[in-house]
Amino acid sequence: MTALLVADGLVRRFGGLAAVGGVSLALERGCLHAVIGPNGAGKSTLVNLLSGELAPSAGSIHIAGHDAAGWPAWRFARAGVGRSFQRTNVLHDMTVRENVRLAAQIGCTPPGRLLRRASREAEPQRRADAALERAGLPDRLDRPAGVLSHGQLRQLEIAMVLATAPQILLLDEPLAGMGPEEAERISLLLRTLAQDHALLLIEHDMDVVFAVADQVTVMVDGLVLDQGPPAHIRASVRVRDAYLGHA
Amino acid sequence: MRVAGRGGHCALAAGAVLIASAPYYATPYQVGFLATTLVAALFALSLQVLVGAAGMVSLGHAALFGVGAYVVWFLTPGAGAASIMLTLPGAALAGALVAGAIGALALRTRGFFFLMTTLAFGQMVFFIFHDTALGGGSDGVFITRPALGIGEWVWDVPRRQRPAVLLWLNLGLLVAMYVVLAELMGTLFGRALLGIRANEHRMAALGLPAYRYKLAAFVLGGALAGIAGHQWAMTEAFISPELLGWHRSALALLAIVLGGAGWLHGPILGALAFAVLGEVAGLVTERQHLVEGLVILGVVLALPQGLAGLRMRVQS
Repeated sequence: MTALLVADGLVRRFGGLAAVGGVSLALERGCLHAVIGPNGAGKSTLVNLLSGELAPSAGSIHIAGHDAAGWPAWRFARAGVGRSFQRTNVLHDMTVRENVRLAAQIGCTPPGRLLRRASREAEPQRRADAALERAGLPDRLDRPAGVLSHGQLRQLEIAMVLATAPQILLLDEPLAGMGPEEAERISLLLRTLAQDHALLLIEHDMDVVFAVADQVTVMVDGLVLDQGPPAHIRASVRVRDAYLGHA
Repeated sequence: MRVAGRGGHCALAAGAVLIASAPYYATPYQVGFLATTLVAALFALSLQVLVGAAGMVSLGHAALFGVGAYVVWFLTPGAGAASIMLTLPGAALAGALVAGAIGALALRTRGFFFLMTTLAFGQMVFFIFHDTALGGGSDGVFITRPALGIGEWVWDVPRRQRPAVLLWLNLGLLVAMYVVLAELMGTLFGRALLGIRANEHRMAALGLPAYRYKLAAFVLGGALAGIAGHQWAMTEAFISPELLGWHRSALALLAIVLGGAGWLHGPILGALAFAVLGEVAGLVTERQHLVEGLVILGVVLALPQGLAGLRMRVQS
């Protein structure tokens, strides 16, 4: 199977510090690739590189075979990269539904349709409803997003990403701060999403990671410490010494 | 930014009727004052496309207003008047073109830096008209009002009726501009602009090329500012480089804050209130600006959402 996203030797330096110091990985459809590592390991910087938020200091990114060098973030999204944010990043004054409808509109509006009335365009509404349903936010959608609970905001974050119909999902700690029930449901959702997307998951909860991941990359100080299936990582002496040993 | 609902639009329509009938109950001076005030409302509304719709606060907007006014002078032949069918689209086009040039560069910055960049570009245009012979010099020039007519047919307005006709023309354009913008805010384009205003970073991460959308809004605001400037030239028959200065941009921003940046009709209320305040303050004291400043300070403190937010406050 060919990979949808291939990163080769990615480096990102901030001044003298290499937050990401040469990471290579490939994301394939049907595969859930988890990235773990202690705080400050460079996981979020990696997501920012893979989504075009930051330009790499060195290394390359190919999306569906296209070299993404120099692309702005919106082109990454148009090419099929959907990312969620570690710190919830939604449009607080707008309703839940409008947040997701706007996200859907971006992916399915040719310039010629831009002057049509939003309330009469069925396709963004339909995509938004489907994404809300899938993320588990089916009711009370006319509330402002700002009044949602923390867990619901995390679900909204995922719904907005899904509404853009991405091929590649980069989810930065989607379970952070969720109650056990919501976390359980989102873990199941991650499994089903991995079936038809290439999915990169950043997660702190090791139980979740070992339960859902097909591939695991362990990062420490911006470098890849080890890479492989969960069973391999669990058995890795290097990983145990550097990271899991402290848990 | 929100568009008023049915009740709000009924109130706005009633206000428009009240203004339109002014020639039947007000003095010619008051009618002329209203016509000038409507030009300020047109200009503030054109700036709301930037501020309210897309969150771009510009101090260079008056340059586009002034260019629209000067287009009338450029297009007026030595003797006689140009047709409004030529000057009005010309002013809109000139405003759009200058906005395109300024916006393409200024929109590479955001927030405070955008404010300063637009100020710099605006003052650049101001000095072109102030310090070169291009615009007829720094003292300004009297111009012949464009003729109201289509093709061969020209309506020769009697002198006594002129204030009323100018009032109706400005009011008609203001209503048309408002209706177009109210419709625009409901389109996919308008919603995307509101998304950019709320959280540009997030919209970009979702795949929206925010720069292009903001540039389109900037150019549209420029075209509308050009129309407002045209109406200034039409109403006053006098233009000067002062029309392009940042001071006028700041007054339009003040009208938006006073009226309510969160509503499409806010700038209209703000411009009307500001002009009436100036007149009233001028009647009671020589220190007009001091009174204006104090009243505006009071309104902004008491009504953070501006005059347009007043109704909501009364209801709650």
